[in-house]
Amino acid sequence: MAEPKPALDSLPLKAHAASLNFHYGDFHALKKIDMPIYDKRVTALIGPSGCGKSTFLRCFNRMHDLYPGNRYEGEIRLHPDNVNLLDRAVDPIEVRMRLSMVFQKPNPFPKTIFENIAYGLRVRGINRRAVLEEKVEEALRGAALWNEAKDRLHEQAFNLSGGQQQRLCIARALATEPEILLFDEPTSALDPIATASIEELIAELKQKVTILIVTHNMQQAARVSDFTAYMYLGELIEYGWTDDIFIKPQNPQTEAYITGRFG
Amino acid sequence: MALQTAAEIRALIARHKRWDVIFGIIGILCLAIGLLTFVTLFVDMLLDGYTRLKPEFFTEFPSRRAGQAGILSAWIGTTMVMIVTAVVAVPLGVAAGIYLEEYAPSNWMTHVIEINISNLAGVPSIVYGLLALGLFVYQFGLGQSVATAGLTLALLILPVVIVATREAIRAIPGAIREAAYALGATKWQVVQGHILPYSTGGILTGVIIGMARAIGETAPIITVGALTFIAFLPPSPVGAEFPFLSFEWLKSPFTVMPIQIFNWTSRPDPAFQANAAAAGFILVFMTLAMNGMAIWLRYRIRRNIKW
Repeated sequence: MAEPKPALDSLPLKAHAASLNFHYGDFHALKKIDMPIYDKRVTALIGPSGCGKSTFLRCFNRMHDLYPGNRYEGEIRLHPDNVNLLDRAVDPIEVRMRLSMVFQKPNPFPKTIFENIAYGLRVRGINRRAVLEEKVEEALRGAALWNEAKDRLHEQAFNLSGGQQQRLCIARALATEPEILLFDEPTSALDPIATASIEELIAELKQKVTILIVTHNMQQAARVSDFTAYMYLGELIEYGWTDDIFIKPQNPQTEAYITGRFG
Repeated sequence: MALQTAAEIRALIARHKRWDVIFGIIGILCLAIGLLTFVTLFVDMLLDGYTRLKPEFFTEFPSRRAGQAGILSAWIGTTMVMIVTAVVAVPLGVAAGIYLEEYAPSNWMTHVIEINISNLAGVPSIVYGLLALGLFVYQFGLGQSVATAGLTLALLILPVVIVATREAIRAIPGAIREAAYALGATKWQVVQGHILPYSTGGILTGVIIGMARAIGETAPIITVGALTFIAFLPPSPVGAEFPFLSFEWLKSPFTVMPIQIFNWTSRPDPAFQANAAAAGFILVFMTLAMNGMAIWLRYRIRRNIKW
């Protein structure tokens, strides 16, 4: 990035984690994480396998609530209304309606392309054909899939290629106009060309939505993100502007990982 | 310097492959024993009974004269009992299976219930007959009726339906389930919009396999008091007058195919053996038709479901 970077405290926050701890049963998976998520920016979470980056991501939409034996401590505050997403009093369903997620492997429903995207709206009780059609088109355009899909909206989603399926999943996540879009290694099951198109899409999407992305691919983090967080063994080791992290990391552990001497 | 020469390797492979051939032959033999037994039985029944396989066989009541006896009351009784069984067992079994997979907390109570459902599938059917005799016939006062028989067989196949439902649900990938939850769906929305539609094929297969078992059950039906000789039909479920539907047939005495067959085989007159063989052939045919339907339905439904 050529232009000078704005001061961090001048940037609007979309969320922040404060003293976040997470336990899978007896296993302490996330340790006291404090981290800001800036509005309409891409934040990448990197680190070796098992470092807790996906676990952290899945705290944001309370996916851990689906399985027994998990426990959160601390908070993730969503701005501007300052609600703590992890509060027991906050229904995880409410959280999931506000934040959307794109998963590691494309996971379209075995339904038509149209119904895949409409599902998030139907869950909200939106069933009017005209509204659905408009939102589906909008979401498909947003996910750069409209031109390929407009003539086959009522075909089964599994007829699409892997990369198209993943863009369909992005469209499905966009249709509900999320405040934060969570990506959990979205390109790990895709070929390089499909990966490039997803990365391009992420760069476009950050105009409209805050993005948090987990990736095992450091080049991808460097290409798509504004901020990068390096995690190791459940701890946040270093957080900062992506080019700072990649060019002059402060922590020797981060440097070792980035330069490929470790991980 | 190779570990073995090419000639040695070839000899080794030939020796190892001998076992492929030997197992292949054993496998074919085992398969043939099972299949041939069934085919022999089926063909034998057909040969013994084909003289009786005429339209009148289906439209006549049982008779003292073998040549005039038919299976009208038996096949109608079987059909009615099966309808009751399906109407009772499917909603109960599917709901229980969904509850266990999607709603039940994972604790020791649930585990005890799960283990016992598998055990229930192994309880001898006569025991269900005894239970039904005490409960449905006497306690509930349903008498020796179509309803009692249907409920008894529903109990019998309930574990099969529950297990099939659970297996069909477990075949749905976790990623699909998570995708639905991540969009803010409630449990019921996930069940209604995803779990049920994606598992219908598997559930139907399980239901039909259960029904195919129930259609041949004799012991519990005798226990609850099916008649062996019945020369009338239960009242028709549809009538010419308002309200056009009648449930009187549920209270009617009845007989079913296996009991009719049993009755005929116990007669000394060899002419009745032909009747028994013909009825047995039809019963097997009904079972095979149900299994065929299960395969077809599963194919139809799964065509549009891939992950």
